[in-house]
Amino acid sequence: MIYASQSSHIGAALSIVDILVVLYFHTMNIDSKNYSNILRDKFVLSKAHASSALYSTLAEKEIIPLEYLEKYYVDDGILPGHLDSTFIPGVEFSAGSLGHGLSAAVGMAIANLQLPHSGKIFTLVGDGECNEGSIWEGIMLASHLKLSNLTAIVDYNKIQSFGMTNDVINQEPIVDRWKSFGWDVFEVDGHDFLQLITAFNQPHSKPKVIIAHTVKGKGVSFMENKLEWHYKSPNQEQYDLAINEIDDQN
Amino acid sequence: MRTTFIETLIDLAEKDERIFLLTPDMGYSVLEPFREKFPSRFLNTGIAEQNTIGVAAGLAKSGKIVYVYSIIPFVTMRCFEQVRLDLAYNNTQVRLVGIGAGMTYGPLGPTHHAYEDIAIMRAIPNMKIICPGDPIETKELVCQTYDMDGPLYIRLAKNGEPNIHKNSSDIKFGKAVELNNGNDLILVTTSNMLETGNIWVEEWKKEGVNVTLVSMHTIKPLDQKFIEKLISRKLPIITLEEHNVIGGLGSAVAEIIAESGCTIPFKRIGINDEFSHYVGNHTFQRKKFNLIKKPNLDTLFKKSIL
Repeated sequence: MIYASQSSHIGAALSIVDILVVLYFHTMNIDSKNYSNILRDKFVLSKAHASSALYSTLAEKEIIPLEYLEKYYVDDGILPGHLDSTFIPGVEFSAGSLGHGLSAAVGMAIANLQLPHSGKIFTLVGDGECNEGSIWEGIMLASHLKLSNLTAIVDYNKIQSFGMTNDVINQEPIVDRWKSFGWDVFEVDGHDFLQLITAFNQPHSKPKVIIAHTVKGKGVSFMENKLEWHYKSPNQEQYDLAINEIDDQN
Repeated sequence: MRTTFIETLIDLAEKDERIFLLTPDMGYSVLEPFREKFPSRFLNTGIAEQNTIGVAAGLAKSGKIVYVYSIIPFVTMRCFEQVRLDLAYNNTQVRLVGIGAGMTYGPLGPTHHAYEDIAIMRAIPNMKIICPGDPIETKELVCQTYDMDGPLYIRLAKNGEPNIHKNSSDIKFGKAVELNNGNDLILVTTSNMLETGNIWVEEWKKEGVNVTLVSMHTIKPLDQKFIEKLISRKLPIITLEEHNVIGGLGSAVAEIIAESGCTIPFKRIGINDEFSHYVGNHTFQRKKFNLIKKPNLDTLFKKSIL
C-alpha cells in the first residue's frame, strides 16, 4: 500500500502491527458480521497516521474488502492517510490530529458502563502522542471514573516525528506515571504475542494500560529504529528487499 | 436564557433517555436540577475542555445526544480542534451550549467575553448554529434541534433577558422571523441584540421611521431565501450583533448581498475588531462599544438614506 501510493508513516504502522493482530485475532469480539453491533468491542486508533496497519487488519478480518487496500492514499481513493469513519466500515472514530482518540474512547467506555452486556473499549496511542495535554486529561478522568472496561496501549517505539521520544520530552518513568494516575499498568514486548495476550487477559478493576515496547519499522531491518521511516516510502529496490525479509521471517 | 435552557433540557431528558449533559466544571446554580433528576446522565468532566469534547464525541458515537455546557470561550475556542474533528468531522450529535454571548460577562474581561465564536463555528462543515434572542426562542429552538443529526452550537446570553416574541408559533429552526414590518429600513439582529434592536425600532417609530425588525436566530444554515427577499425590497439594511463585525451575522448577510448583484445601502453594527479593555458591567461595555443608543442613520451611512 505504502509502496504503491508512495505515502509515509510506514515505520509508525509497522510498530503496531503485532498489537493489532492480537487485538483483532485474539482479544476483541469483532468480526465481519458484528462490526456494527452495539455490543461489539471497539478499537480507537488514536495515532491515526498508522492507518495503513489498521486498514490491513480490517481487510484480513474481511470487515473491509481486500481491494480497498489498493485505494489507499491515491487519487480517487477510498482509504485516506488518516482515519475517516464516515464511509469506512470498522473505523470507529475519525482521527489524525494527535491526542483525540483516548478522550473519545473514554466517552465510549462511559456509555458502555451503562449498557448491559456491552463490549470493551481499546485505544492505541503513540509515545510521542503522550506529549499532548489532552491525553493526560483523558487519563485522569478515566481513572477517576474507574473505567474498568477501558484498555489503552502505548506504542512505545521511542521515536517521534522529529526526534527520539525521550530526548524531546522524557516519558520516563512511564510505568510509574500511569500508575500514579490510577491505572493498572502492564509492560510488555509489543512484538511478543504471548506477552500481549497475557496482558490483555489480565482482569482489571481500573482502566488498564499496556506499555508496549516496540520497534519503529519492525520487521524490515533497514527501517527498524530509523526516524526517517516516519516519512519515507520504499523505492522498488527497498520494497523488494523488505518483502523478501518479511517472507523469510514467515 | 440559561434557566429556560436547563428547564427545556430537563423536559426533553424526561422524554428521551439518550440525552446526556457534560460540563467542564461550570453551571453552578444552573445545572443542579438536571444533576439531581438524572444523576447517571450528568457528568462533571473537570476543567479539561479538550477531553470533555472528545468524551462527548465518544458518548455520541455510542448513541447518546450530548449537551456540553460552559462559558462560550471555553466550550468553543479552548477546544476548537476537538470541536472541528471530534464533533464536526465525526458528525456526532453533540450540542455545545455556550453562555455569555458577547460581553455578557462584562467586568470579568475579554477572557470571558465572546466576540469570535460565531465566526469560527460558521467556518466548520456540518456545524449548525443557533443564537436565540430571548427565552421563547431559546425554548423553541432547543426543542426543535435536540435530535437533529450532527453537531450544533447554541449561543446563549445569561439570565434576565426579557421575552421579545409574543408567541412561539413563528419560530422555526433555519427560518428568520420578522417581528415588525416597516418600509424605511431593515434591521437584522441575532442573539442577545434582539432586545436592543426591538428598542431601537420602537424609538425610530416615534420619529416616523418605520423599520422592519428581523431576528436571525439561526446563523447556520442561514435563511438565504429570506435575506434575498429582504434585498429585493431595495431598502437599507443594518445588521446588529454583539460579536466582531468580522465573521458574524454581518459578514454572513454581506456575503449574500454581494452575490445578489444588487446595490443597496448596508452597514454592520457590532464590535469593531477590538478587545474590551474597559472595566464595567454588560451595559457599561455596550455603551463603550456604541451598542446601546440607536445610531444616527445619516452618520452611519455617511449620506441621507431615507
